[in-house]
Amino acid sequence: MPQVTLTVNGQTHTAEVEGRTLLVELLREKLRLTGTHVGCDTSQCGACVVHINGESVKSCTTLAVMADGAQVTTIEGLAKPDGTLHPMQEAFREYHALQCGFCTPGMVMSAIDLVQKNPGGLTEQQIREGLEGNLCRCTGYHNIVKAIAAAAEVMHGRRSEIARAAE
Amino acid sequence: MYDFAYHKPATVADAVKLLADPDAKAISGGHTLLPALKHRLNKPSALVDLSGIAELKGIRKVGNAIVIGALTRHVEVATSAEVKAAIPALAYMADHIGDVQVRNRGTMGGSVSNNDPAADYPAAVLGLGATIHTSSRKIAADDFFLGMFTTALEPSEILTAIEFPIPEKAGYAKMKNPASRYVMAGVFVAKTAGGVRVAVNGAGPCVFRQADMEAALAANWSVDAVAGVKQAADDLNSDIHGSAEYRAHLVTVMAKRAVAAAG
Amino acid sequence: MNVVAPFEGIGASVRRKEDFRFLQGRGAYTDDFNRQGQLHAWIVRSPHAHARIRGVDTAAAAKMPGVVAVFTGADMAKDALGGLPCGWQIHNKDGSPMAEPPHPVMAAEKVRHVGDPVAVAIAATREQARDAAEAVIVDYEVLPAAATMEAALKPGAPVIHDGVANNLCYDWHIGDKAVLDQAFAGAAKVVSLDLVNNRLIPNAMEPRAALGEFDRTTGEYTLHTTSQNPHVIRLLMGANVLHIPESKLRVVAPDVGGGFGSKIYHYAEEAIVTWSAGKLARPVKWTADRTESFMSDAHGRDHVSKAELALDANGKILGLRVHTYANMGAYLSTFAPCVPTYLYATLLAGTYTTPVIYCEVKAVFTNTVPVDAYRGAGRPEATFLLERLMDVAAKETGIDRIELRRRNFIQPDQFPYQTPVALQYDSGNYQATLDQALAAADWAGFEARRAEAARQGKLRGIGCSTYLEACGIAPSAVVGSLGARAGLYEVGTIRVHPTGSVTVLTGAHSHGQGHETTFAQLVADKLGVPVSQVDIVHGDTAKVPFGMGTYGSRSLAVGGSAMMKAMDKIIAKGKRIAAHLMEASVDDIEFDRGTFRVAGTDKTKALVDISVAAYVPHNYPIDELEPGLEETAFYDPKNFTYPGGCHIAEVEIDPDTGKVSMVNFTAVDDVGRVINPMIVEGQVQGGIAQGIGQALLETCIYDADGQLLSGSMMDYTMPRADDLPPVGVATHTTLCTHNPLGVKGCGEVGAIGSPPAVINAVVDALRDYGVRTLDMPATPAKIWQIINGGRRQAAE
Repeated sequence: MPQVTLTVNGQTHTAEVEGRTLLVELLREKLRLTGTHVGCDTSQCGACVVHINGESVKSCTTLAVMADGAQVTTIEGLAKPDGTLHPMQEAFREYHALQCGFCTPGMVMSAIDLVQKNPGGLTEQQIREGLEGNLCRCTGYHNIVKAIAAAAEVMHGRRSEIARAAE
Repeated sequence: MYDFAYHKPATVADAVKLLADPDAKAISGGHTLLPALKHRLNKPSALVDLSGIAELKGIRKVGNAIVIGALTRHVEVATSAEVKAAIPALAYMADHIGDVQVRNRGTMGGSVSNNDPAADYPAAVLGLGATIHTSSRKIAADDFFLGMFTTALEPSEILTAIEFPIPEKAGYAKMKNPASRYVMAGVFVAKTAGGVRVAVNGAGPCVFRQADMEAALAANWSVDAVAGVKQAADDLNSDIHGSAEYRAHLVTVMAKRAVAAAG
Repeated sequence: MNVVAPFEGIGASVRRKEDFRFLQGRGAYTDDFNRQGQLHAWIVRSPHAHARIRGVDTAAAAKMPGVVAVFTGADMAKDALGGLPCGWQIHNKDGSPMAEPPHPVMAAEKVRHVGDPVAVAIAATREQARDAAEAVIVDYEVLPAAATMEAALKPGAPVIHDGVANNLCYDWHIGDKAVLDQAFAGAAKVVSLDLVNNRLIPNAMEPRAALGEFDRTTGEYTLHTTSQNPHVIRLLMGANVLHIPESKLRVVAPDVGGGFGSKIYHYAEEAIVTWSAGKLARPVKWTADRTESFMSDAHGRDHVSKAELALDANGKILGLRVHTYANMGAYLSTFAPCVPTYLYATLLAGTYTTPVIYCEVKAVFTNTVPVDAYRGAGRPEATFLLERLMDVAAKETGIDRIELRRRNFIQPDQFPYQTPVALQYDSGNYQATLDQALAAADWAGFEARRAEAARQGKLRGIGCSTYLEACGIAPSAVVGSLGARAGLYEVGTIRVHPTGSVTVLTGAHSHGQGHETTFAQLVADKLGVPVSQVDIVHGDTAKVPFGMGTYGSRSLAVGGSAMMKAMDKIIAKGKRIAAHLMEASVDDIEFDRGTFRVAGTDKTKALVDISVAAYVPHNYPIDELEPGLEETAFYDPKNFTYPGGCHIAEVEIDPDTGKVSMVNFTAVDDVGRVINPMIVEGQVQGGIAQGIGQALLETCIYDADGQLLSGSMMDYTMPRADDLPPVGVATHTTLCTHNPLGVKGCGEVGAIGSPPAVINAVVDALRDYGVRTLDMPATPAKIWQIINGGRRQAAE
């Protein structure tokens, strides 16, 4: 069986996998990082998005062997060890950008990549288009879009903390 | 997925050897192949991962052409200063393939070798009259796309790079399938040294050139020139998202938009 | 002592407690559970819509690597298991009961829809189970299929269930036909409309999953499942299918990733893994992939109707006649029969004073996946019919569509209002929600926006719906008399711990609704305990005494009311303890947010003083009062609740492609008292997204052979972020008069009110093209066809 060695959330793991093992299966079943979810089988819902070498990737459409040697970040690796949430996590909470929570890990990982790739800022339309690869069935996206805009302000250093949502 | 052997060769020559097995399949980004394998639509004996082959990567300007390595990801084409300067329509296309995650993994070589009728890149390849470089030869775009999911590539032949002549101007517009977001009807127009070329994707079983539009644009490069050219519905796709007649209509609409985008 | 910050109580947008775990990947959904020795199940499903099973050969599959067992429908039959039960019995016009054919867990003789389970392969890994499932050889004799209601009702149609004539499940009606006919005879104008309410696939983001376990020491079964109502699953599966007493069956619905109705029902896979776990004495897990979800989750809607409205010369409605065909699919899902009857026809008065209504509903079996409640359930179908009909009536009477609605509204002073279709509305103010929405959407300024759009080559339209729903289901005696085989009360336990923190056990289940926050706010508001010290426990039959679960916007109205009732008992007991401690008469003790006070004095005791005394009863009225501070209440609602409001959609159509863009959406809803405005807003936005999805994007399509053409997200259009507009949500409150919180419910209003608003807007945008009937979804291809047809007509 092929062996893969990869770093997940700063920790190096080596595992034996089948050729057909998907990255998401390695994460969920071998490493027990169940925060990354599987919501579809056509690579569309984005519940499985993680970062590979800093970029958002659908871990359901990546073989585990293809991530050999990679730096992988999952939702479990975002908050600081002291529990401080990443600004995107904080913004999702502040703006009520999640309901059932199932799409949330992938949505947050995609959102972070989107913001990082657009240091000049994002319009509402750009945020909506940037979420093409992530489906949410609960929120109608309205609050997700607002949360990402608020997080971008902090991630790009234009604000020191997440702006409070309007009451 | 059915299980398979996994190989990751470091050179094109090694990859070609591994692909001599008729049941082996090449994989790069995997964004077309893996969904098919997950649905068990295909049972390869082995996957030959091309991503370790350095020579297949990169974008460079060679004379009056942009040469893009097969392993170049969509995001790299979309953000390449060279591509943006030389063929902005190609960068625009790359920036609108699938979603962000597809663009972060999917490669030009994978998309073009697969020749999905609803894929984007084949329209640029055909529309720009590009040359496909393979592990054994060079193939003109006009000779490459043979039919639905079928190309001139031999089973063990690997697409290594695509050479895009820099056009005078080019533009691309597409209507997406509302569900899959693949192309429902797209048109790539280009004014090149070799003449005007118009390629249509999504609408038919394989990307094709639209001769009437090419003639109209050659005579008069303008939105109005293509506005009056109707696409026949006869051989176009028809499904729950739209009839062949609708797609035929969209071809004209997208042609107008592509010409407008090209300027 | 700890005094509650007022902002945590009723009316505060408290940020959600559950978000910390969801945002850090610490949610615990069913598929996240893994047990020692766990096996994986893969279901062998029928590829045919209708076929007789001649034989099932499992020999090859059983020998494959990792395979532990392969079970078939025949194996289940040997164990004398029951079929999947239906929870609601409808009676025909003639008083006879509906046809209720058996619903085998796994088909042994016949399959009736693509996806019908036939066998299960159980192996060490999921892929091995799938390998084995593929190796199961089923010998099918393919039969002609009836994939649509039209095909199923045709003379000579395939017989789906032996003994069910004409594939008709029931032929039901409500209302007085003779009186209605009189009303129509005297009408100045009759407007009629044919409507299709498109079939939808719920697609909660978490696919269904089930993990069965059997403890050989205790003989206890445990099922973890993606359910909105674990106690109901325990009851149905234990009593009807597997014959396991409740005392030996624990059902846990942990974090659940959305439901929208589709996770109410008892599904075959739950029984399969529980039964298999018992047979193999090993945990067995099944998780659907999305393709299976499409062909095994209950679908929604799917009505074909003809509606006729009689009006007098002033546009006052005289009567409404409706004939509806409702698709049941191949079998009766748990609550399917009540959806097109008591959740539909009873809503046909809407917000209007229609004096007489007659509705006839024929429910039809087809060779398709069972159809059951999906967000709104019956009420979106009724609302779509009524609000489309109002717009058509406005056009055909020449009365402005807003004015026509105003002329027919139930007036604020008419409540309680008895409709001709059984319901008695308790409160509402439809004029107020309409006026507020018209202002917020700048309805008056629309023509200018339309003209500007026209200059850009776009067709712009605006549409509204002034809807009403009935939810907070439901009074047990009433639903019992209508055929429900369950009570629809809810249960709440308030456990005040010795040091003053509180655990709430509720029979409601949260799968996105934020109960852990909203319910904690009720406790904060009433008992004065900070939200951070209130924990909500739900979804586990071993912890929660009983419960009917979450659907029909009932969690607060019914479950919240049960909690309020239990808190009243806590306070009553607390007063007796306080009276003892402060040497006062019980009648003199007042309680307000955590403090017991002897009236007119400064003598007080905090809740924690009382709880300490209750659990350490050294100084305690031990002869009169039991120690402890825990109370349970069952609350049975006195009536349905009646949210209502006005939704306004504004769309722009690109005439070249037919693509409809939502440019604006405004909702003003009366959901009764709002506990957490942030959460209410989120619920409404989510419901509207699903409503817009129904109106513009989503539809389930079968071909004539019963193959599902929209069988994946490649072909079933899920709303994405760029399909939806920013949604303006506001509330206008009239209180529910019959529950202690004054709440009405907010989970479904979005999905109920929005589809007709969107379609009315699209029809308005196409006003130059003479569109009268427009079936959902308004896809680009469909709209282009209309525009193209219109152009052709003009040219001819």
